Amino acid sequence: MDSTPSIRVKNLTRQYGAITAIQNVSFTVNPGEIVGFLGPNGAGKSTTMRILSGIMSATSGSAWVGGVCVAQSPHEVKRKIGYMPENNPLPDDMRVVEYLRFRARLKEVPSRKLRASVQEVMEICDLARTARRKIIGTLSKGFRQRVGIADALLGDPEVIIMDEPTIGLDPHQIQGIRTLINNLRGKLTVVLSSHILPEIERSCDRVIIINRGRVVASGTSSELREEFLPGNRFDLEIDGEEADVIAELATHKIEADIVDSQQVDDSTYKLSIKTDSEAAHGPHLIQLLSQAPKFKLHSLAPRVPNLEEIFLAATKRSWEETIETKPKMAKETVSTNQDTTSS
Amino acid sequence: MRHYLILLKHELRMLLISPPTYIASVLFLMLMGFLYWAIIRGMVNAPADLLPSVQFFSVFWIPVFFVVPLLTMRSIAGERSLGTLDTLMTTPTSRVAVVLSKFSGAYIFYMLLWLATLGFPLIASKLYPHAATSGSLLDPASLIGSYTFLALSGLLFIAIGIFASSVTRSQLVAGMLSFTTLFVVIVGGQQLGNIANNSVELVAWLDSTVNYLQIFEHLDDFSRGIIDTRPFFYYTSTAALLLGLSTLVIEAKA
Repeated sequence: MDSTPSIRVKNLTRQYGAITAIQNVSFTVNPGEIVGFLGPNGAGKSTTMRILSGIMSATSGSAWVGGVCVAQSPHEVKRKIGYMPENNPLPDDMRVVEYLRFRARLKEVPSRKLRASVQEVMEICDLARTARRKIIGTLSKGFRQRVGIADALLGDPEVIIMDEPTIGLDPHQIQGIRTLINNLRGKLTVVLSSHILPEIERSCDRVIIINRGRVVASGTSSELREEFLPGNRFDLEIDGEEADVIAELATHKIEADIVDSQQVDDSTYKLSIKTDSEAAHGPHLIQLLSQAPKFKLHSLAPRVPNLEEIFLAATKRSWEETIETKPKMAKETVSTNQDTTSS
Repeated sequence: MRHYLILLKHELRMLLISPPTYIASVLFLMLMGFLYWAIIRGMVNAPADLLPSVQFFSVFWIPVFFVVPLLTMRSIAGERSLGTLDTLMTTPTSRVAVVLSKFSGAYIFYMLLWLATLGFPLIASKLYPHAATSGSLLDPASLIGSYTFLALSGLLFIAIGIFASSVTRSQLVAGMLSFTTLFVVIVGGQQLGNIANNSVELVAWLDSTVNYLQIFEHLDDFSRGIIDTRPFFYYTSTAALLLGLSTLVIEAKA
């Protein structure tokens, strides 16, 4: 693929009357990437996606899909995008195959290839055998979701945008959708939004966290981990006092903080500690702590912060930033946003 | 154009498979059949000046008030509340094609319903060959004129319904809106005409404007077999205006 980014968004702003849904959102998505949009409800995920797919126009700013400007040539962009809206609306009284054929015709699939391409997307989404002739209204939620994804895949789009594809599904179905998305990896650019964090973490190459209409963080989950939750973290289980652990580590010149502690019974504690020290790696700590006189080490494990913690840290930080920067925000809206993205 | 045909085909197919279509047609034909029967029956008892078909089409407004809102209220408002309008908008389909296909679907169905009423005079002439030979049941001039009138006024009525449906996401609101608008257009014009006839002082230009809006006057002309171009322009231009407005509304409110 060429070097033009699949999606480029620059200073996108959308206002609904007095409410600003998104403000100065900027990001790029490269071809073949799977990017997750993460944010609390009402953060502006859907608004961004709707603007990208050309349903809605932005108040200011610009967006390009595959090098084509969304505002200038919306029809061109719609040929490049497969969009699955939130809640995946489908007509209840059509059969799956009829609906997909109808959609394929609308998406300008040539009539020679119509049957073949509908068959192909149904096979990708595992609909071909089981649900081909079923009426959409009678399908279970998982199958409806598959029909939505199959529809998004029709017409050979370059970019697939899915708004909450796994909402309301059971774990089996979520896994099914995840493998489906994994199968698309490399062939297409996929943008999906969710507030189910493990979901995004597992299936996406990169994460963009949005809060209150701004991009607060973007990067791979390990980059985000570095940025928002630096240092090493360990989970310990000890028999003794928690303060002794910190004291013991301090004697070896390792500074550590207790992030979380939980008393299991009279003398046993489960602790999470955080340290910035380079010396604090697993084997070293085990050696130090197992020789400590005041307590007994039961277990020690490195703790990798999951996306949930990163998300909480990032959204919390953005809250604090917006509160602090509020007075000067009017002047410096552009620069504050770039700061948050790049910091 | 290609998208329009695809959408229209889809629209007609959905009409064919949905039960409300059949319920609406049965009710419509029952009501109209009853009215036709009542007219014929009345003619048996007392001689009438007007042909049965002329009398029959003068009550065209009864079914219009309920069939047009029922047919059109679902079209755009329903798609919007379901969310399928969004998915439609993500395809390279133009808004004009969407509105036009909805309009044509409803219009074709509306005209098919009216054409089915052609069965009444046919049945009547089979049963009463005497009346048929006198030419009073199947008078071609009045039938052609009346159907032309229905086809023309249908353009406006369906366009009103489509416009009402495009401004809201609630089908109920769309239905009420199109009902009241139809009422104002059909009965309001007549009331204005009554004021004018009672020789209340009207400015000269207003007089001609009021005449222009008289839907019942148009029907009178048409059912006598007189085809006038002025109503023709009134219906088509207003319908085009309303459909254009609906397109704009969809674009702005998507």
